Amino acid sequence: MKAPKFRYVRPSSVDDVYPLLARHGNEAQILAGGQSLLAGLNMRLSTPALLVDITGLKALDFISLVDDEIVIGALTRHTTVLNSPVVRQHVPLIADAIRHVGHVAIRNRGTFGGSLAQADPAAELPACVVALGATMVLGSSDGTRRVPAEDFFTGLMQTDLRPGELILEARIPAQRNGRVHGFAELSRRHGDFAVAGIAALATLDGARIADARLVYFGCVDHAGVARHISAALIDQVLPLGSTEALLDVLRRDLMPADDPTMRADTKLQLAAVLTRRTLNALQEGPVR
Amino acid sequence: MMQAEPSDEIEISTIVNDAPVTRRVKARQHLADFLRDELGLTGTHLGCEHGVCGACTVRVDGEVVRSCLTLAVQIDGRIVQTIEGLSDSGAIAELQVAFLARNAAQCGFCTAGMLLTAHELISQRAAATRAEIRDFLSGNFCRCTGYQAIVDAVDEVLRRRAGT
Repeated sequence: MKAPKFRYVRPSSVDDVYPLLARHGNEAQILAGGQSLLAGLNMRLSTPALLVDITGLKALDFISLVDDEIVIGALTRHTTVLNSPVVRQHVPLIADAIRHVGHVAIRNRGTFGGSLAQADPAAELPACVVALGATMVLGSSDGTRRVPAEDFFTGLMQTDLRPGELILEARIPAQRNGRVHGFAELSRRHGDFAVAGIAALATLDGARIADARLVYFGCVDHAGVARHISAALIDQVLPLGSTEALLDVLRRDLMPADDPTMRADTKLQLAAVLTRRTLNALQEGPVR
Repeated sequence: MMQAEPSDEIEISTIVNDAPVTRRVKARQHLADFLRDELGLTGTHLGCEHGVCGACTVRVDGEVVRSCLTLAVQIDGRIVQTIEGLSDSGAIAELQVAFLARNAAQCGFCTAGMLLTAHELISQRAAATRAEIRDFLSGNFCRCTGYQAIVDAVDEVLRRRAGT
């Protein structure tokens, strides 16, 4: 289908965005890359009166290393993240995950901040920034505000963004020495949104799990740390055996819903399989 | 360039297949419709119209994009190349010969998008393996060939270029 009628404006600086958001309120929608937004408009899932096109704002297109934080500007395209040696070296979880975001043509336009603002429960990047303990930097006409990624995602496609606010950047702590990461997802076709996925960080003491921080996507309504399974894994020895014990704990973290293509208990089972597979692979992965 | 005041119709200036174009476009019009309906460039196909199938792939500033997920107004000041332009310039001639030789097109609906994505692949990844070719082309659906012949054709071009 075709998008409904809307108006369009292309501000020339971040400071010009805020008055537009203030003036048009809920009628305005930020266009940060458009790879979900424009698909949704074509399907008439939303009908904003005004698109505020910020895709040309170069000030928000950067990747930098500041002290021990990787700072990714909101308008950094997935392709730029994919090709960044800084990301590969310091946040390899993101480097692994970004390969699964869409396809080349999507990655050439989709942006880091756009994906986070969209907060799709099946998207890779929200899970990664939560797993990594990142901080979101949000801008508005009142200045900037910092929100831990863990608190940023509040529900199904819902974030802590307030009216008039814009994501400026994500600040991601570099993966510490000695920490290992794992990323895996199951999707019907490569590049599709995941049916179930996992972003994991852990510290291993030989084969013993000393610490774990697991975040799921696809089988949750928003990205958040899976506390019960993360705690239950401490002191477990790899390789993990049956998925039965994992399933019992995962039921307390994940409450997937039935959907027309898959039952909730199937998603749980897939999450348990991914958990075992990903953690068992950590032993072979590069220890940083 | 900026569009300072909200409007539902905007004048854009762009270069499409080496020719400068200035038009007034509706804000809601996507690039695929602009190319097909306004400029008559019907080689760009419109399949799913929500970013899944890849039939509408074109190049903007030298990179492949989904023209159904790009607004016409967003190509203001940019350079657009479609299957027509890349065919005429000879940029994808090697790929076209290989596609023909390998029967990599059947109904042809996906072929324009497939060629544009394959062109980006051979420009960027001279040493791509068959698995990497499949990964790179995974955003372009083909309902006829089963992909084998397409991967063969791209692989052949890469190997010929590498002299192996």
